[in-house]
Amino acid sequence: MDNERIDQIIDKHQCEASSLIQVLLEIQSENHWLPKEALERVSEKLQVPLTRIRHIATFYKAFSLVPKGRHEIHICMGTACHVRGATRVLDTVQDLTGIKPGETDLELKFSLETVNCLGCCALGPVMEIGGKTHGKMAPAKTADVLKNYE
Amino acid sequence: MARLNSPEKLEKVRQKILSRRDPNTPCISICAGAGCIASGAGEVIAAFKAEIEKQGLQAGVNTRETGCPGFCERGPVVVIYPEEICYLQVKPEDVPEIVSQTIKEKKVVDRLLYVDPTTGEKATHESDIPFYKNQVRNIIGSNIKIDPKSIEDYLAIGGYSALAKGLSRMSAEEVLEEVKKSNLRGRGGGGFPTGRKWEESRNAPDEIKYVIVNADEGDPGAFMDRALLEGNPHSILEGLTIGAYAIGAHEGFIYVRQEYPIAVENVAIAIKQAEEYGFLGRNILGSGFDFTVQVHQGAGAFVCGESSALMTALEGRAGEPRPKYIHTAVKGVWDRPSVLNNVETWANVPLIINKGADWFTQFGTERSKGTKIFSLVGKINNTGLVEVPMGITLRDIIYKIGGGIPGGKRFKAVQTGGPSGGCIPEELLDLEVGFDELTKAGSMMGSGGMIVMDEDTCMVDVARYFLNFLTDESCGKCVPCREGIRQMLKILTNITKGKGREGDIELLEELSEVAGDASLCALGKSAPNPFLSTLRYFRDEYEAHIKQKKCPALSCKELIAYHIDPNKCQACMICLRQCPAEAIAGGKNRIHVIEQEKCTKCGTCFEVCPPRFGAVKKISGEPVPSPIPEDARTIVRKSKENE
Amino acid sequence: MSEILLQIDGKEVGATEGMTLLEAARKVGISIPTLCHHEKLEPYGGCRLCTVEVESRGWTKLVVACVYPVEKNLVVRTRSEKVDRIRKMILELLLAHAPDAFALQDLAKEYGADKDRFEKEASFCIHCGLCVRYCAEVKKKNAVGFVDRGTRREISFIPEIAAKECWNCKECFPLCPTEALQAAFVLTKALFSPPHPGPEPRG
Repeated sequence: MDNERIDQIIDKHQCEASSLIQVLLEIQSENHWLPKEALERVSEKLQVPLTRIRHIATFYKAFSLVPKGRHEIHICMGTACHVRGATRVLDTVQDLTGIKPGETDLELKFSLETVNCLGCCALGPVMEIGGKTHGKMAPAKTADVLKNYE
Repeated sequence: MARLNSPEKLEKVRQKILSRRDPNTPCISICAGAGCIASGAGEVIAAFKAEIEKQGLQAGVNTRETGCPGFCERGPVVVIYPEEICYLQVKPEDVPEIVSQTIKEKKVVDRLLYVDPTTGEKATHESDIPFYKNQVRNIIGSNIKIDPKSIEDYLAIGGYSALAKGLSRMSAEEVLEEVKKSNLRGRGGGGFPTGRKWEESRNAPDEIKYVIVNADEGDPGAFMDRALLEGNPHSILEGLTIGAYAIGAHEGFIYVRQEYPIAVENVAIAIKQAEEYGFLGRNILGSGFDFTVQVHQGAGAFVCGESSALMTALEGRAGEPRPKYIHTAVKGVWDRPSVLNNVETWANVPLIINKGADWFTQFGTERSKGTKIFSLVGKINNTGLVEVPMGITLRDIIYKIGGGIPGGKRFKAVQTGGPSGGCIPEELLDLEVGFDELTKAGSMMGSGGMIVMDEDTCMVDVARYFLNFLTDESCGKCVPCREGIRQMLKILTNITKGKGREGDIELLEELSEVAGDASLCALGKSAPNPFLSTLRYFRDEYEAHIKQKKCPALSCKELIAYHIDPNKCQACMICLRQCPAEAIAGGKNRIHVIEQEKCTKCGTCFEVCPPRFGAVKKISGEPVPSPIPEDARTIVRKSKENE
Repeated sequence: MSEILLQIDGKEVGATEGMTLLEAARKVGISIPTLCHHEKLEPYGGCRLCTVEVESRGWTKLVVACVYPVEKNLVVRTRSEKVDRIRKMILELLLAHAPDAFALQDLAKEYGADKDRFEKEASFCIHCGLCVRYCAEVKKKNAVGFVDRGTRREISFIPEIAAKECWNCKECFPLCPTEALQAAFVLTKALFSPPHPGPEPRG
């Protein structure tokens, strides 16, 4: 992501240090990860120590300091989903994709993450990929869902 | 749209909107909340629009994409007005029939109605469905009636009349008094009297004050705030503005979890519309009161639901909580007086101002007034959001509204209060729901998550689950929480794996004391609750895990074994074919046997064995019976005469 | 400024507004153990070792002395069965990380903390935050900071800044109660300045 675009995002938030998290969220959303250069640029423009930015980038789950796959799989591990068998859905997805939560496969196709509640608790277990939420998941159904992603 | 600069202008506009609407015009309301969208409501909405165009009915039929009414398990939910006919689990293929039969011929499509699981009775109208009938839907009832992206819909149901009343006919002190009189207590979990919090801020000597909506809703299993913020964002803005007026704040924040993209979108649209119409900004409705609102998104941290951590996040820092020896109502964001309240708390405010504290106090109990929205999820027939008056019993919520436990299973416990709460067992089901009652029973109201558990749920695993959640979400600043719950998780995990030892329970209790007493914030202080409450009511399960290496609920993987009863197996080969580990030996007419060394305990065989055979059993705490000898495994099919 | 009278361990103490219980106690020679406290730094409230019992308006509660502000007529107990139990447990939890840390040895003896109570943990940083806070508040260089959260939280140097500033400074080194800081610095140095051109450093 080039510095110009980063500067645009920062200016949109009136270049205020308190908007740091909002700025990083936008960069993450557009770029799918936060490269070191982006963090350094933000640090420079907002006059915020790099340690604080790094702490934020690692403290909050929404950010990634490494490139993510084209399709980010989020499996909800909230209580309602857990009670309905989310762990088995996660196990099956791990087997099918070959990656564990926090990892990305070698072709940069899938990234896997667990999420602590997407708010669709009545439809547990829930799996979300690229903004599309799949409810009432079962281990047997996961293969069919994943097949649709190139 | 010119800004409305007086309450009279607002009423004129409202009348105009109402005059343009004929209540008898058929209107198809389709829920567009996150739950129904996940179940395919998007396609249903598109199908309705296409079908109406196809049949040339655009002039006489309206469609409305509404907020979440809470019956998520049976979504997509469609309600046809004016008759209020409610259809559930609607698919795009059903749409042509609905349009032809119900819209044109006013006939009901029977198969899409709600069916009572016990009586088999069908319910035509939304108000007949037991799930809705036994609720008091003061707040969430509006969701199905409005399109959250339309401010006109909100005005049509009386929106912003409370704000107009407050700003023009009441002083700031009078508004504060009314909220105090209502005895409204915070709906986010703490249950702190809202009026008292507002008063503390109002009296704090500082020119600049803030009001904040806590829409982080981190409790897993709770989604009330999602439904409210997505489905009726203007009601939250109205409540927030009234609160700002009462306190003397001119800037507000809405901190919303980024895992709720529809809520983020809808509240941003609502703010823009409110600014256009003059409900936000300078000189609101000509009152001289200025107020603006900003949206801040969360970035994936449960701890940011804690008020001081949220305020730290608003300042653009990592969300580490601060000591609250001085209340945040006095020193909050940037050390200014800040009133933080939950989404549902703010949603109650317009009702209290419009209908009065006396109206509000008729609902609920002595010390817990009003209604509360709970998310009833887990092992329950009717899953979704329920709004009930405080004082209703847990039994009524679970059985009358929730329809009981599916699959004929036995109720075991209901977990309330999220990771800070506890489990309530069967013997306490007649407990009247309220802040203090739930705390006395070892749990807490929390934000309203109510997770029902049945006989197949292992309570030790429940404690382990919550501690695992909290070790992931702890900010890590203070020792009792970071280190204390790390050790508790280790011990509980070992117990669920059959490695529990004598003395583990006592050590867990000691760690609970340190975390509970010495942690910096409520996350750490309440972290031991799930363990302490499950120990209080289900101690026998802990002892079985530790002493007998047995999981009574037959749930903990390392403590159970799957076994095929040779007397029941009919060698149908279903489990054999589906076993992902190829661990089942057998064949046609040869009794199947699970090879224990290869078995991964995935449970597939247990799920797929036909119910009429029921041959697969789970065993715990005792050795698996040895496999019957090879030569005894052939099934001799009895001839028809001998049967 | 008016004097605020309170009682600590039975002693009458006259304190000024804005003082913390820790400062007030030290004024009259009562010692309360601390780990994350430093006169030059803002109070942190992270180690919780200075937890004390306070009684005010009929309510007893546990608070940390390094942060809690003095109050009129407050009754403070710096030792009690409960306080001692809490301090012992905190020490035992920390000893699982740094069993040989010099700062913990005397305290462990005093409170009867057993360094083998818990299984040893991999990292010997006890998160007192002294290094991070000193570099931020006193040196204003921000060469070292925290990353991540919960049990995964660690201290980490920013290689580019450390390369410029740390070699000639190292003022944080004596502050570290364990050797975690020195270890982190050595590791960072090894990563950012390879001895000679060659394969990329691993890590």
